[in-house]
Amino acid sequence: MWKFLHPYAKPERAYQLCQTLQPWFWSLAAVCLVTGSIWGLLFAPQDYQQGDSFRIIYIHVPSAILSMSTYVAMAVAAVVGLVWQWRTAFMAMIAMAPVGAVMTFIALVTGAAWGKPMWGAWWVWDARLTSELILLFLYMGVIALYGAFEDKQQAGKAAGVMALVGVVNVPIIHYSVEWWNTLHQGATISKFDTPSIAPEMLWPLLINLAGFAFFIAAVTVVRLRSEILRRDVHRPWVQALAEQRENRRAV
Amino acid sequence: MSPLFDGVFKRDMAIAFRQKSELVQPIMFLLMVVTLFPLGVGPSPDTLQRIGPGVIWIAAILSSLMGMERLFRDDFQDGSLEQVMLSPVPLWQVVAVKVLGHWLVSFIPLLLLSPLLAVFLNLTFGMYQALIVTLILGTPLLSFVGAIAVGLTVGLQRGGLLLALLLIPVFIPLLIFATSAVDSAALQLPYQPQIAIIGAMLLLSVAASPFAIAYALRVSQN
Repeated sequence: MWKFLHPYAKPERAYQLCQTLQPWFWSLAAVCLVTGSIWGLLFAPQDYQQGDSFRIIYIHVPSAILSMSTYVAMAVAAVVGLVWQWRTAFMAMIAMAPVGAVMTFIALVTGAAWGKPMWGAWWVWDARLTSELILLFLYMGVIALYGAFEDKQQAGKAAGVMALVGVVNVPIIHYSVEWWNTLHQGATISKFDTPSIAPEMLWPLLINLAGFAFFIAAVTVVRLRSEILRRDVHRPWVQALAEQRENRRAV
Repeated sequence: MSPLFDGVFKRDMAIAFRQKSELVQPIMFLLMVVTLFPLGVGPSPDTLQRIGPGVIWIAAILSSLMGMERLFRDDFQDGSLEQVMLSPVPLWQVVAVKVLGHWLVSFIPLLLLSPLLAVFLNLTFGMYQALIVTLILGTPLLSFVGAIAVGLTVGLQRGGLLLALLLIPVFIPLLIFATSAVDSAALQLPYQPQIAIIGAMLLLSVAASPFAIAYALRVSQN
């Protein structure tokens, strides 16, 4: 059933796939982000209570949702790498890690900027804020562990194990801090049957969510390409590629 | 059972008791960290009682991070870990026994010291009862989960700080549930739910981590 995926275990094929996907991801990201942001920031109606300051939702919520999804994607890549011994899966995992960390950081900063006018404080030790902060620490741990090894093959496996330990812990952290203390409002858009947000506000949010997802995918693909090239720099196919580019430049 | 008991457990115990300084240092560290808090936040009994459980748990986590590195480091460096991997005994059994030995050596002194810490921080008897239960259930969790990260970093030159960076976020839920159990006890509320959750996390980690540790060691051994 998953057989069509098998060729991509080979770095060369994965590289080609990235090359094909990259322009698509970039253009979809640009279209969605421009539409969603302009619609959300300029044309969506004001909130009756929060006025214009609610508009940061169009950055905050997509980055927060995707910071978690990216971690899960990393964990999936780690499982694939550990179980089927795919080198490219570890490379994909480590390509995603800094992107996810930056998303977490964006979610925290925009959350702080939103918290100041609404709650009167930049930071409160609330469940969601704390678990997002811990998620940032988990990302940093994975990146630091990967960076600590000389042998990147070994580094990928080690970082994969750590990512899995983290992903087991993410729900535990989430519920532990939830029971410990809570102020942040509950989920707004995941309740699809009875959404608690007006549709003219929801649409730009969903478009921006897609835009952020494509943006993450695009950056990941770029990073994965360079990671593959760096690891396989002595392989004939990379050298052929470099030669080809050299020739093209000469002409 | 005999190769595990004679070859691993007794040997680890003998080594631990011959390196007395390494045995004592984490406990001294713990005692000193706890001493810093009354000096730092002021010696008012009410304040100390409120922050006490958290202080003891934070000190326990920090001191466990200090001593944790010892778990596989010497065996890794002198090559006996490699021999263990080549032996017919499954690696996960060996690491489970080693982790158990490490827990006995590093956390039993903490449990013995805990009444003193409770007196230092002005805990009531009810709070102390809750604290000791959380320590008994929670510290094996520190050992088992911590050993995964030790296994991953054992081959690195400067693994110590990295180990702390990897483990502190992972230990946060334990800290939250343990201190909330003691807080409930302070208010004379039932604290069984938190204990049950810590117990569940302990069972999960005991069941899963020996395999993860064994894999981590194989990665480090390359």
